[in-house]
Amino acid sequence: MSDINYELNLTVNGERGSFRVSPRLSLADFLREELHLTGTHVGCEQGACGACTVRYNGDQVRACLMYAVQAEGAEVETIEGITESGELAALQEAFHRNNALQCGFCTPGMLIAAADLLKHNPSPDRDQIRAGISGNYCRCTGYHSIVDAVAETCSGGTKEATQ
Amino acid sequence: MKSPQFDYVRPGSLDQVLDLLAEHGDEAQVIAGGQSLVPTMNMRLAAPSVLVDVNHVPGLAGVELCGKWLRIGALTRHAEIACSPEVARHAPLLARAAPYIAHEAIRNRGTFGGSVATADPASEWPACCLTLGARIHLASRKGTRTIPAEDFFEGVYQTAIEPHELITHVEVPAAADGMLYGFDELARRKGDYAIVGLAVQARIGAKGPMKLLRRNDQRLSEVRLGFFGVAETPVLAQQAAAALEGRPLDAESIQAAQSALADDLQPLSDLYTSAEAKTHMTRVLLGRVLHALSGDHSA
Ligand SMILES: Cc1cc2nc3c(=O)[nH]c(=O)nc-3n(C[C@H](O)[C@H](O)[C@H](O)COP(=O)(O)OP(=O)(O)OC[C@H]3O[C@@H](n4cnc5c(N)ncnc54)[C@H](O)[C@@H]3O)c2cc1C
Ligand code: FES
Ligand code: FES
Repeated sequence: MSDINYELNLTVNGERGSFRVSPRLSLADFLREELHLTGTHVGCEQGACGACTVRYNGDQVRACLMYAVQAEGAEVETIEGITESGELAALQEAFHRNNALQCGFCTPGMLIAAADLLKHNPSPDRDQIRAGISGNYCRCTGYHSIVDAVAETCSGGTKEATQ
Repeated sequence: MKSPQFDYVRPGSLDQVLDLLAEHGDEAQVIAGGQSLVPTMNMRLAAPSVLVDVNHVPGLAGVELCGKWLRIGALTRHAEIACSPEVARHAPLLARAAPYIAHEAIRNRGTFGGSVATADPASEWPACCLTLGARIHLASRKGTRTIPAEDFFEGVYQTAIEPHELITHVEVPAAADGMLYGFDELARRKGDYAIVGLAVQARIGAKGPMKLLRRNDQRLSEVRLGFFGVAETPVLAQQAAAALEGRPLDAESIQAAQSALADDLQPLSDLYTSAEAKTHMTRVLLGRVLHALSGDHSA
């Protein structure tokens, strides 16, 4: 077995780039260490905590459970890119208002999971919100304020829609 | 932890995959969704020297009705199965079970074939395959073979797959008129592996040409009760199923099935749940699923 580096061409947050990576490098470590996109957090490296959640060709995935080399030709979006686009602004403000974060370690993954939930189900009830973020651990808030923030965002959304 | 080193290959055809598996044997591992393999590599419980990435092999993903069978490509993601209209129509059991598998981010990557190949005793797809009487299709340089689900799951993470073989697809019998399907599981938290789970298939009423003559016949037949999380592989509860055969689905027959369960299952304890608790939970679960089905059916 040789530790040769493999070519990797991909788009991250709208920017195309070419890199050389070791096959064992996870997508999460690639984003953090090569691209310095440190909003993608690394907790368990087993798929359990959700801190590393990113979008891969539009769908949320665990960046710790993919090797960077697998992302050849893919479009990856991280919390940095999704924030910049303004897509998360309402959720982020609701998290702020509701104290839905303390240390913030879970927050990027939580926001991506919540945004994905709202994309598929624009007006989830509290149980559906809990199910939607069930793959993301928060060790600070006790989840209640996160559920409040997501609920508030979608009731804001429906108000707008009915105006 | 981080994965050990490995060589990575991204074959573009089934032929290339089979060549690579023939060449490297058990030194190589297929990576599909990576949702079971990568955690085990990160924990250093697996250290294949070559990873064969099948994510770009044409023809391995997708769901298609082929006569009386629904063909599910090995690379079909859990999330695809959860929202496929074909699956909802022709394999409603799979549509019901899909949301119980892990979380959305994992369902977006994890595959049907990967789950069947992993054969976790608490996993949903193997139990559904057993309950439905699925056929698992394997390919290697030596040719193809088809193994019924009954013979496929051999133990904890043990299946009939040889190191040089790939699951290409799984076929499940397409749902027919008069068939009932039920699914439920008990877990500590939404998305966790089940403590115990149950997939049910049964026919209600007469079959074929007799149907018109015996329209009021509401008796059960072809009952299959596939439990998971209770033994090394998913298991069919034969005595409980026999207690339902030929009877209407009502409080009495459900009770009889629950009583018969003790002869079928001697659940194993795991790190968190004692054998006694699991025994109790299998009874509760059987009652819940059957009562829900009797409600669905009379509605
Ligand atoms: C946090 C978490 C929670 C989970 N919860 C659940 C759950 O509740 N229920 C559940 O069922 N699963 C659960 N899973 C596992 C998930 O469903 C996996 O997707 C599945 O077990 C494996 O599929 P995969 O495509 O990811 O396979 P991979 O991880 O890519 O591969 C797993 C194994 O199967 C082999 N393999 C893969 N495809 C093939 C093929 N076509 N032919 C032959 N061999 C093949 C690989 O070589 C490897 O040995 C969970 C995973 C995580 C990380
Ligand atoms: S670091 Fe990826 S899920 Fe925990
Ligand atoms: S805010 Fe600290 S883990 Fe969620």
